Amino acid sequence: MDNMEHKSANEWYVSKFKVFEDKLNGQSKSFLHDIRKNALNNLVELSFPTNKNEEWKYTNVAPILKHNFLPAIISTLPKIKKEETKQFLFKNFDYHLVVFVNGLFAEELSEIGHLPKGVIVDGLNRIAKNNPGSIDKYINKLSKIDNAFNALNTAYSYDGLVVIVPEGIVLEKPIQVLYLNSSKNDLVLSLPRNLVVAGKNSQVSVIANYHSYGDKTYFSNIITEVYAEENAIVDLYKTQNENDESYHIEKVQAIQKKNSVFNHYNINFGGAIVRNDINTMHDGQNVETHYYGLYLAHGKQHVDNHTFIDHAKPNCMSNELYKGILDDNSRGVFNGKIIVRQDAQKTNAYQQNKTILLSKTATIDTKPQLEIFADDVKCSHGATVGHLDDTSEFYIRSRGVPQELAKSMLIRAFANDVIDTVKIEPLKEQINHMIFEHLHRVEVENK
Amino acid sequence: MNEIEENKIISEDTNSDDMKVLGDLTSSEYKWGFITDIESETAAKGLNEDVVRMISKKKNEPEWMTEWRLKAFRYWQKMEEPTWPNVHYPKIDFQDISYYSAPKQKPKLNSLEEVDPELLKTFEKLGIPLEEQKLLSGVAVDAVFDSVSVATTFRESLKEKGIIFCSISEAIKEHPELIKKYLGSVVPYTDNFYASLNAAVFSDGSFVWIPKGVRCPMELSTYFRINSQETGQFERTLIIAEEGAYVSYLEGCTAPIRDNNQLHAAVVELVTLDDAEIKYSTVQNWYPGDKEGKGGIYNFVTKRGACRGKNSKISWTQVETGSAITWKYPSCILQGDNSIGEFYSVAVTNNYQQADTGTKMIHLGKNTKSTVVSKGISAGYGNNSYRGLIRIGKNAEGARNYTQCDSMLMSDKCGAHTFPYIEVENESSKVEHEATTSKIGEDQIFYLNQRGISTEDAVNMIVNGFCKEVFKELPMEFAVEAQKLLAISLEGSVG
Repeated sequence: MDNMEHKSANEWYVSKFKVFEDKLNGQSKSFLHDIRKNALNNLVELSFPTNKNEEWKYTNVAPILKHNFLPAIISTLPKIKKEETKQFLFKNFDYHLVVFVNGLFAEELSEIGHLPKGVIVDGLNRIAKNNPGSIDKYINKLSKIDNAFNALNTAYSYDGLVVIVPEGIVLEKPIQVLYLNSSKNDLVLSLPRNLVVAGKNSQVSVIANYHSYGDKTYFSNIITEVYAEENAIVDLYKTQNENDESYHIEKVQAIQKKNSVFNHYNINFGGAIVRNDINTMHDGQNVETHYYGLYLAHGKQHVDNHTFIDHAKPNCMSNELYKGILDDNSRGVFNGKIIVRQDAQKTNAYQQNKTILLSKTATIDTKPQLEIFADDVKCSHGATVGHLDDTSEFYIRSRGVPQELAKSMLIRAFANDVIDTVKIEPLKEQINHMIFEHLHRVEVENK
Repeated sequence: MNEIEENKIISEDTNSDDMKVLGDLTSSEYKWGFITDIESETAAKGLNEDVVRMISKKKNEPEWMTEWRLKAFRYWQKMEEPTWPNVHYPKIDFQDISYYSAPKQKPKLNSLEEVDPELLKTFEKLGIPLEEQKLLSGVAVDAVFDSVSVATTFRESLKEKGIIFCSISEAIKEHPELIKKYLGSVVPYTDNFYASLNAAVFSDGSFVWIPKGVRCPMELSTYFRINSQETGQFERTLIIAEEGAYVSYLEGCTAPIRDNNQLHAAVVELVTLDDAEIKYSTVQNWYPGDKEGKGGIYNFVTKRGACRGKNSKISWTQVETGSAITWKYPSCILQGDNSIGEFYSVAVTNNYQQADTGTKMIHLGKNTKSTVVSKGISAGYGNNSYRGLIRIGKNAEGARNYTQCDSMLMSDKCGAHTFPYIEVENESSKVEHEATTSKIGEDQIFYLNQRGISTEDAVNMIVNGFCKEVFKELPMEFAVEAQKLLAISLEGSVG
């Protein structure tokens, strides 16, 4: 049955390409279109992953494939008023605001504001039209097509976030990117194609904030490419709080040159099936990579995080901390892969995955994986699965705290390691609030 | 919420002098390589139904056994050779292997004097003369010499206790009811490619049955030896501990130098009923191939134990220093409530050796516990993978697992990999996993050098310390042998 769905999904998305191409209005000569056409060929050949594929062993994508989603560009767009977007934003700090509706840049909703000279913050489609020279050496140069999902994104790549920070510039304010998705008449396929380039000695922080507008099913299939040049510092926050009917797949592909720092924060609340692939490759010495993840799931949600750090060069370090809180019938998957190549001596790589199961029917499949080919390294990984500690709960309750609040306190304490690493103070508060809202539990204030 | 304290292992700069000294250390030839000149009866190469029938007939097996083998063979023919492990080897031509080899039939023997003196000499060279074993250590040895059980000691005294310890072919004839009940009940012939092959062509092996409430008074032991050239050895071991019984079983192996790769696909099945315990220890030191990675044994083994009864326990301890390729996952199925599974392993890969080993702990019963301690040591061009599965089933209330896998790297060309799978479906369970990988501590070597200990001895000391947690699980005689083996397999490897 799966294979039938897999096959017909391929056919469906390939068949819609002609309609998409017609919609492009003469832009079919841009460099982007060659990339699209190559990816379409890949899409014809590649099948959507099944459970037989080791990387997708625990995540069944058949429910996604049984719908015929229509790429956003050839579907009807919902009309969203500016006031309506306010409720989705992170507040109480200054930011450059970029809004995408169904993966398409919404200029009227965005407030990019003043940017230092040379900095580009824009939609991919506009840049591809007006200034292709600034992006053609980056787009699709990092992310290799290895399954039908990223072939699908690439074949239909049209719009998405472009951030280019030139050499020596420190962008003071973070960029808040609101991705609002909504199905109206059609089942929408939102395909943001994002690019973040931080030049030498530059610094930038991006908050990618995913939300649903309405409660209908749709599918976000995202690719994000990140370039951190020498000495650059890139903070990429992702918070995903979409409705429980939506599907969300993102692949982040980052490359780091020497002395650069890349911090990736991956905080997932919503979605029926969520899959994140976060891959970083080291292309220089003294690189630092930090991955922080927090996934909360309830109902029948399925959250799958795959992380990969490729230690290809010596003297680098990576640190990874992923925590999960699973309630109801939800299912969590974690796969953390670290490869230390033969040349990568003096590597330090640490990884931890901890999960709490709050209900009898929640399940977790975790696989921390180390592949080490160099000898002068320090690597460790740890994984734990457990439940809220009864004795701790008893201790708190014996001090007159009601049961529900005691539980929440323990959850808050568990999540604290990850939340504390968030550098933007107001963001920390709001993420904390979202945790309890999502789990429908009594809130514990951030200290 | 039990949290793991991250182990941080200190590693220091490579000291090139040390490397040189260690590099100069002799890379010893395989110490236990020799070929015993005994006439052996070997089947022609190739595998088909006739060969399966022939093996069955040679062993005078009853009709039902022949049928079982044929069923397995037919199933095997439809299977594909698995390619997922993290090991690389040329494709095996299963038609280029002889599936049966036995020393020429001799009349049944009752005492050691009647055994072929050549055979006895072989065992002496191995350092485990039967007499000595018999007299000094009180170990009953079922010596398997190229697939046929030739001498069984201490059987009389075991018999008094009601314990059955014999070759599996004998058991098929004499205890068909037990064989019918348990053979293939833990590892069915459909289980995997090599288990099916084994079921079709297994030559011999050991059978142990411990009756209700009996504690086996001595450690039972089988020494395997692969002797004839190009003869795959397909052992089958079945151990059953009835209610409240206890047995400790040792399995040890050495093999002579060979150029052609030899396939070894054994199956071991353990069954424990209520309150029973089986302790299974292995020291594996088959021919690992020469320094260029030529030759050596392929060790593809299926080992599995079922804790069927309440409060039962199965404990696997293994020291894997030999074989060109080691690929095995001794597993425990924890069915009975409160049952316990343990896995302690040391795996060493030197030169071009490869190992993909680990365990599976399947928690099904309530309050089941498992402990996994795995130590991997990679040297030369060796690749060592730990692959483990911890599964906590829906009904395994209060299940508990602790896993620790540490790897030590001794050269810049070797690899250490960990692939732990953790699947938890019960919220009341607790699972902990931790792994570290680091280089052998140069500062530790330096410290010992300072105190007048040679680098060679220092490395041995450090490695022994690293493996201590596993060695302490081995029976005493084995622990001594294991330490020696480790020293030999790592000679000339640091740097």
